[in-house]
Amino acid sequence: MSDTTLPLFEVFVRAKRGLSHVHVGSIHAPDATMAVRNARDLYTRRQEGVSIWVVAASDIVASSPDEKDSFFDPAGDKIYRHPTFYTVPEGLEYL
Amino acid sequence: MYGNDFVDPNDPGAGPLNAADGGAVEAAAAHVDRRSEIDLSDFDAIIAADQRVEPRDVMPEEYRQTLIRQIAQHAHSEIIGMQPEGNWITRAPSLRRKAILIAKVQDEAGHGLYLYSAAETLGIDRAELLDRLHNGKQKYSSIFNYPTLTWADIGAIGWLVDGAAIMNQVPLCRCSYGPYARAMIRTCKEESFHQRQGFELLWDLVRGTEAQKAMAQDAVNRWWWPALAMFGPRDTGEHATGGHTAQSMAWGIKRFSNDDLRQRFVDMTVPQAERIGITIPDPKLSWNAERNHYDFGEIDWDEFWRVLKGDGACNAQRMARRVASHEQGAWVRDAAAAYAAKQAARQQAAAGEGSAA
Repeated sequence: MSDTTLPLFEVFVRAKRGLSHVHVGSIHAPDATMAVRNARDLYTRRQEGVSIWVVAASDIVASSPDEKDSFFDPAGDKIYRHPTFYTVPEGLEYL
Repeated sequence: MYGNDFVDPNDPGAGPLNAADGGAVEAAAAHVDRRSEIDLSDFDAIIAADQRVEPRDVMPEEYRQTLIRQIAQHAHSEIIGMQPEGNWITRAPSLRRKAILIAKVQDEAGHGLYLYSAAETLGIDRAELLDRLHNGKQKYSSIFNYPTLTWADIGAIGWLVDGAAIMNQVPLCRCSYGPYARAMIRTCKEESFHQRQGFELLWDLVRGTEAQKAMAQDAVNRWWWPALAMFGPRDTGEHATGGHTAQSMAWGIKRFSNDDLRQRFVDMTVPQAERIGITIPDPKLSWNAERNHYDFGEIDWDEFWRVLKGDGACNAQRMARRVASHEQGAWVRDAAAAYAAKQAARQQAAAGEGSAA
């Protein structure tokens, strides 16, 4: 018998049409096709989804939490990107 | 379903598990020392602010190990928990009950997989987790070492065991570790069906023949105390110093003491029993108007530790079945992996030809 762990896939489910896929967890499977089938059995037993994506966990590239300050800093001093930054006369609507 | 997280402090195999186990003072000192080595300011800030810790965040090693052990034990409990109920699938008294039971047992498998998935985010491999279950290094909830002798046991398990599990798991939805909390949210949404189907099953029986009513009562007699024991050893008042409740609470893993959860469970369950004419097998059970809670008798802790250490009615049977299932399923995993490898090789070959042409 072999005790090697099958590849890991991250699972994303679209709960209903009009919503984006959301990460729900992971699953081990020998290949992507089996991962989709098994993810259906594991994550959508109660009609929680209308569509499933699986992505090999090893293929995911992520930002590092170690550099989260410096990485996201550039957005920190640009408050003029938010509408609340601007002053407008009182009493106006739809602005 | 799931019993609370606890270990036998006398079991050398369990080892020191976190800062509150065994040499609490030394471990606490080590924890403080380590702060100068690793920058924990982020972690502490996250915990202090009651935020979630995510997989790639810096976290103290004790926190990581505590979570691996707790989530793994929780996952193992779900998987082993399939056995006592699976025992009755072929003998369910109607197609309706059989469909319900199959769905419930499948849910338990699903809960186990959500949890293994969460544990793996802490950097431990699935195969390693299963190895630790199979070689006894990690435990599962003792409740599953009791036998399911009659059909009514399926009702008692759903009502009492899953009821206790819900009581334990709801606070875990706010656990400081994000993936565990999310797995618990998913699990809790499914547990309600488990408890209700069990209660309904018992309710059907108590409205049946005298023999059926007696069977329901007998099942509750046998499952009541093990269900109370699922909350783990006493950990308030004079018992507060042992165990690792305090550390787990400080880390936001655990939100309420074992004793508090047990009291809530009793308070919630007694009126349900009265409603369907089931007697709780505890002569000391009585409403205490002063405390605004039910008083209840003491759990047989000798039995609790005995079963946890392996001397329950079904410990050996459960583990043998688990290991056999794993070994007998190996050819399926091997075949699927071989097929995937073959397909991948063919695709690669085809891609090679394409580029050559």
